Amino acid sequence: MEKGNDAVPAPRSGHTATLNRKTLLNTRGTIFLCVLAAVAVGVPYLNATGMLPDYAVSLIGKYLCFALLAIALDLLWGYCGILSLGHGAFFALGGYAMGMHLMREIGERGVYANPDLPDFMVFLNWQELPWFWWGFDTFWFAALMALFVPGLLAFIFGYFAFRSRVTGVYLSIITQAMTYALMLAFFRNEMGFGGNNGLTDFKDVLGYDLQSQDTRIGLFVLSALAVAVGFLICRAVVISKAGKVIISIRDAESRTRFLGYRVEGYKLFVFVLSAMLAGLAGALYTPQVGIINPGEFSPANSIEIVIWVAIGGRGTLVGAAIGAVIVAASKTILTGLYPEAWLFVLGAMFVFVTIFMPRGVLGVWDGMIDGMWRMRGMDPNERRLRA
Amino acid sequence: MIRVIRSIIAIVGLLQMFMLGPSYGQTGDETVIRDHIARFAGADFQGIAETVSTLAATGDPAVAPVLRALRGGDIYWRKSDRRVVRAEKMPKRMLRLLDPLSGEVIEDVRKSAVKKVKVNNTLRRMIDTALGNLTLRSPDRAMRLDAAGQLFRTRDPSTLPALDAALAAETDEGVAGEMRDARAAIMLKVGDATVDAQRDAIARLAARGDNAARTVLAGFTSDDPALSAATAQGIERIDRSLRLWGYGQNIWQGLSLGSVLLLAAIGLAITFGVMGVINMAHGELVMIGAYTTFVVQEFIRSSAPYLFDMSLFIAAPLAFLAAGLVGICIERGVIRFLYGRPLETLLATWGISLILQQAVRTIFGPNNREVGNPSFMSGAFELGGLTITWNRLWILLFALMIFAFLLFVMKRTRLGLQMRAVTQNRAMAADMGIRTGWVDAMTFGLGAGIAGLAGVALSQIDNVSPNLGQSYIVDSFMVVVFGGAGNLWGALAGAFTLGIANKFLEPFSGAVLAKVLVLIFIILFIQKRPRGLFALKGRAVEQ
Repeated sequence: MEKGNDAVPAPRSGHTATLNRKTLLNTRGTIFLCVLAAVAVGVPYLNATGMLPDYAVSLIGKYLCFALLAIALDLLWGYCGILSLGHGAFFALGGYAMGMHLMREIGERGVYANPDLPDFMVFLNWQELPWFWWGFDTFWFAALMALFVPGLLAFIFGYFAFRSRVTGVYLSIITQAMTYALMLAFFRNEMGFGGNNGLTDFKDVLGYDLQSQDTRIGLFVLSALAVAVGFLICRAVVISKAGKVIISIRDAESRTRFLGYRVEGYKLFVFVLSAMLAGLAGALYTPQVGIINPGEFSPANSIEIVIWVAIGGRGTLVGAAIGAVIVAASKTILTGLYPEAWLFVLGAMFVFVTIFMPRGVLGVWDGMIDGMWRMRGMDPNERRLRA
Repeated sequence: MIRVIRSIIAIVGLLQMFMLGPSYGQTGDETVIRDHIARFAGADFQGIAETVSTLAATGDPAVAPVLRALRGGDIYWRKSDRRVVRAEKMPKRMLRLLDPLSGEVIEDVRKSAVKKVKVNNTLRRMIDTALGNLTLRSPDRAMRLDAAGQLFRTRDPSTLPALDAALAAETDEGVAGEMRDARAAIMLKVGDATVDAQRDAIARLAARGDNAARTVLAGFTSDDPALSAATAQGIERIDRSLRLWGYGQNIWQGLSLGSVLLLAAIGLAITFGVMGVINMAHGELVMIGAYTTFVVQEFIRSSAPYLFDMSLFIAAPLAFLAAGLVGICIERGVIRFLYGRPLETLLATWGISLILQQAVRTIFGPNNREVGNPSFMSGAFELGGLTITWNRLWILLFALMIFAFLLFVMKRTRLGLQMRAVTQNRAMAADMGIRTGWVDAMTFGLGAGIAGLAGVALSQIDNVSPNLGQSYIVDSFMVVVFGGAGNLWGALAGAFTLGIANKFLEPFSGAVLAKVLVLIFIILFIQKRPRGLFALKGRAVEQ
């Protein structure tokens, strides 16, 4: 008899330990923040000494945005068990909010030199700025919107979805439908977001020229800072009392509900927070990449975010960031060297990781450490309790 | 002014000759026609008009190309011997002279060696009428229909006598009906027509009930209040019937779109609905089916072209096997390690879909591949006010056939029974001696094979490219989720509901927005019925 099919999911031994009281910064978190700080200082330094080309700074900055996005998704999926296949939508909305501000900053320097309208609106013969573009000429409003709009969408979506107890696979599929619908909508010129081409040709932000290396380094350091702040926020949520409820929702939703917790409220909180962090990542991404277009909404992008988290190891936060950097960096390298091979490698990564490394890179690492403890004749669980 | 009068005289003359009798000139005495044509040489406008009317009066279809050439300014006469010829432009200001009747090449000359037979607008109109009349009596049914339609559009009162004559001689009911419509349309233009005749004409046009009839009626004004009222009523009646046909067309297009959605989703209804496996590679299995069709057609083109019309029948079982085999490999190789972990399955199958896409791109190239329509699937036919293309109709039938086949397999075969048993209670099914692993593989293979069949059909209406599967994956999940997982009837109802809803929204919102609205509707619908339209009930649901 074939037994493989009847196997119950492997007990998540690692998670039992998460129920113990933890400090904001455990060893792993501290190492992560130190590495982040080293990168934030080291990359500009290497760039200044000429050892790192200019483009690499923006590239690594982009990876940092992805890392923040992955951390946001890990909070949702790894700790609350909600697999969102539409997180790219929140990221892109944040990116669009920032892109709209950057478009307004162009002012009269556009091709049509129209002080009131972005180029694409002049091109489409629009006479005045649509109402949803009002206020985006001030940076702080745009920055607020980059958090608020994804948060609002997540709130509305989550409110209805969690209230009617749409869970598991169904939730994943309708989040995918959400980002797909947004992609189709943003592709339309009539929406007023630049249609197919998206928003691009940015000149400067807060008076700093986006083409200058100094601005880029500034954005880079800001991204690193955002990753650190995002990580600490998520970590604070995870170790809080609410965090324990969130984890218990992941592991046994019905039981948590029967214990009297308002599951919907907790889920909604995590969903909105995660969407806002994704929006922040998008807002930092747009000025560094110089373009935001509806392709960011594509369901494939959102699924790729999930694989970052899966590869890094979900439910670890640090792992999500590592996974994002590993996948994004190998994508850059492989598409440059063997453009044909990239999808093969990415696809194989998906399959390999889900079957052989269900707890991701960090899971493998943990397994190795545990093994060492056992070899020394000690109980690995004890190490976890101490961590 | 004089010219106009002359041409009117000429037209009247032409018509009189038509009235002389249907047999006149039908035997097509070529020398007579040649004699007439020869008179174009050196003629003034009036002379040309007279010749045109005599030519038209012969009623010989062979005259039509000459008149058409004349209208297009391609008839010349040679200065040396006054011979009338048709000319084609050649490079370097040369002309190639051809015989106007037989089309034989005579010689190539300089432009200066010939003179053009000039036509003005009056003549052009006259030629048009003459051509219309010529074809009204053509032995070819399609040409007569065409000519009647032409008269309906031009509504020239002067053609009425010719039309009446043609009508009297017409034996084909369809063509006669079209001619009567044209006659009715013309009657509304004739100044001295009787009120009764015009009332009949209005009634006839109202009964015709299409846009062209509406245009005619809208352009008709009368001093007689009874006629005006009849016109208004007629227009209203046409509007009503047009609206109804419009709904009909929407429903048909909705059914057609629904059948495409059904095809894309029905395999998923098995893998996702019955087994609970989120197969993101489903679209790629459809793609494999489409590429199988392409390969089969390529093979047939190169080695057995006479089999081309059968290509789809050959491709269908092969596509089923190819996609089914790939499906079984996926199940045995990957998915069986992931049962009970639906979200991980989703990721792994997504990875597989990327690999399959890239594999196809590497083998067949990134561009669209051309898959031909067999003859029985090309073209369209009219059903009342509906235009139905054959390929859409066949695809609808094909989708329903696949649905019936699946229903049969699920409800009436041993495999179906075992599948349902394993789905409902895996452990107990295993205890009863069912090889659950084998059933899983077969179930997944069946779903994948059906996806391959869908690919054969979709290759007929969509681009066969490595991205084919991607474009269907979201839609097909929507159908299954909307219809209710685990229920084939749900998939059927879901597909057709979404298809029709989409087509009814399109006129108001445009295609893309319609799709967005449908997606939003589904998202809201899921809130109301989290398990879809036809939800499974019982303990099996909450796992």
